[in-house]
Amino acid sequence: MYGKGLRALSISTVAVMALALALVFFYAPLEAEQGFLQKIFYVHVPLAIVALCGFVAGGLFAIQHLRTRDPRWDMHSYVAIHMSLIFGVATLITGSIWAKGSWGHWWVWDEPTLVSFLIVFLLYATYQPLRFAIEDPERQARYASVFAVTAGAFVPLNFIAVRASTAYVHPRVLGATSNLPSQMALTFLVSLLGIALLFTTLCKYELTAKHTRAQLRALRRLADRRAGTAVAVAPARARSAAPSVHATAMTAHAPERPGI
Amino acid sequence: MRRTVGALLRKELLVELRTLESVPGMSLFAVTTFVVFHFALQRSSVDGDLAAGILWVTLLFAAILGINRLFVADADQGGFDGFLLAPVERTALLVAKALALLAYLVALEIVAVPAFALLLLGPSLGQAMPQLLGVLALGDLGIAAIGTLVAALAVRTRARDLLGPLLALPLLVPIVIGGARATSPLLTLGHAGDPPTRWLLTLGLYDLVFGLIAYALFDFLLED
Amino acid sequence: MAAVQVEGLSRHYGEREALDGVSLSLLQGQTLVVFGPNGAGKTTLLRVLATLLRPHAGEVRVLGARLPGEAWAVRGRIGLLGHEPLLYRELTARENLRFHARLHDVAAGRVEELLARVRLEHRADEPLRSLSRGMVQRVAVARAVLHDPELLLLDEPRSNLDPAAVELVDPLIGSASGRTRVICSHDPGGGLAEADVVLGLRDGRPALLRAAGELRAEEIVELYR
Repeated sequence: MYGKGLRALSISTVAVMALALALVFFYAPLEAEQGFLQKIFYVHVPLAIVALCGFVAGGLFAIQHLRTRDPRWDMHSYVAIHMSLIFGVATLITGSIWAKGSWGHWWVWDEPTLVSFLIVFLLYATYQPLRFAIEDPERQARYASVFAVTAGAFVPLNFIAVRASTAYVHPRVLGATSNLPSQMALTFLVSLLGIALLFTTLCKYELTAKHTRAQLRALRRLADRRAGTAVAVAPARARSAAPSVHATAMTAHAPERPGI
Repeated sequence: MRRTVGALLRKELLVELRTLESVPGMSLFAVTTFVVFHFALQRSSVDGDLAAGILWVTLLFAAILGINRLFVADADQGGFDGFLLAPVERTALLVAKALALLAYLVALEIVAVPAFALLLLGPSLGQAMPQLLGVLALGDLGIAAIGTLVAALAVRTRARDLLGPLLALPLLVPIVIGGARATSPLLTLGHAGDPPTRWLLTLGLYDLVFGLIAYALFDFLLED
Repeated sequence: MAAVQVEGLSRHYGEREALDGVSLSLLQGQTLVVFGPNGAGKTTLLRVLATLLRPHAGEVRVLGARLPGEAWAVRGRIGLLGHEPLLYRELTARENLRFHARLHDVAAGRVEELLARVRLEHRADEPLRSLSRGMVQRVAVARAVLHDPELLLLDEPRSNLDPAAVELVDPLIGSASGRTRVICSHDPGGGLAEADVVLGLRDGRPALLRAAGELRAEEIVELYR
């Protein structure tokens, strides 16, 4: 059920990304002060926005998980946060490059958005170790959800605090999209759409892969039981930080899918 | 609810009184850290931003010591099960633990703030004291709320001594920002003015939001 | 009406089934003894009945309340005596019992009464860590029956106890207490003697469920093979 629409999504992601790149290089005007370097803005800012939205989405999925106890919501939450962490690394790297180019330093502390992003990133970096440190998968999922909700609420609050603490010394490209020249704004929006699509596609791939693996395990167990051997053939990995939807939950949904 | 919170808090303070595991350790840690700062910065007195930063960072790290120990006795000696078997509201445990942590923080500050004034602070605290106490109280509330939640989250994991601080530090950064900014004018020579309102508001907002979050999420950490 | 009614109870930890399809029924005042090798799911069963663990599948009714939905209705009517005493080592016996008395809204006089019954008045003001394991177990027995529970869940309740101490606690948790009891045991002879119903578990699955009268101790020993 996760695989559905994956191809269409992948194709549109590639198309929008290609369009975005074309716009960045051939359509968007050179910025007066920073020149060519400013074009990293079309990658960096959408990455940051998508990563932050991913973190918050992880929190929303986690709320669903706590309410329904359905392990699939935990899997959504896990994948969203996991992917946001990867996008977060990319954000920090592109941000550093940009900072080096425009201000001559790899890191600037008076850029509140960057600093608060770093704090958020450091917080979410403990998500995986937290999961890894809890053996019982159900408790792991529940604790991870509690973390995801707390951290999700922390994201906006942290931005308020850090932003208020920093005087605006630097001219900021990203004040508001409305201040941009229309060509830049269009390019930016297309880039944002492209990155958002990329995020969604990757998440969907990961969900599909996890789901398929769980289904396979469930089927194996079922086959084992039918064959009369009580012991599972595929031993579960000794420890795992990734959520695995339990076999009984999966078999319960098996009839929905054709081909099984 | 009140009876339960009372019973839990009483037990909590009794255990602390018997073991002296949290408050003396936290206080000693804070005083030692001031000495370390003296040598690391090679300065015999500090004021303004620097003083506020040192004070808050020290309080934060000392608080982490307390946060780390907050639920250890309950996790190791079956206190969670004993509590869960009783016909009482689960939130009572959150409230009691947060109050206990708050009490530890106040006890810590009773030692740490005079020690700081004595060892490192250039300007005398004098008339800034009431305002400083107000800012500290706002910070303590936030630390107590988030600290209790994080402590409960970390205590039943395998790497609790590591995860507690790793989770608590980033979450408490806004408290340090707000606390340090609000305190800095109080620690400046000749008292530069009152704590800026927006920082007090930031602290208050943080306390409120995380108080509610801890309240909403705590129960999920107890059930199995 | 049955005090404990379980139908197809399952509970898993990840992929491992700790309990799988366990059913049983226990009338008020009866004693169920659960046998089975280590890791067979006895403790998990007790924790589910104590409302500390949620059942994952099946129907569980304890004292008329359906678990886990109505767990709040039976908390405080169940006494659990597990492997862990559920007491704070740094507190004295009296402080521990008073703490639980406050949680359960029981009068302080009951604490003194129980301290006397387990013969610990003279050591009641020493921290538990300075008491022997048998004494701690006696305090734990007092804790488990402090609120006069209708249902007792006991996990090898007589371990750590010498014969004299067993005699002390028997009126509280033995068959003379008149309470409905679920007991985990490794002692086929002794367990069978106090059982009305016997449940045998193996790898989380029910291997035996019968009235105690129709059962010989050898059949229980067979479970451990």
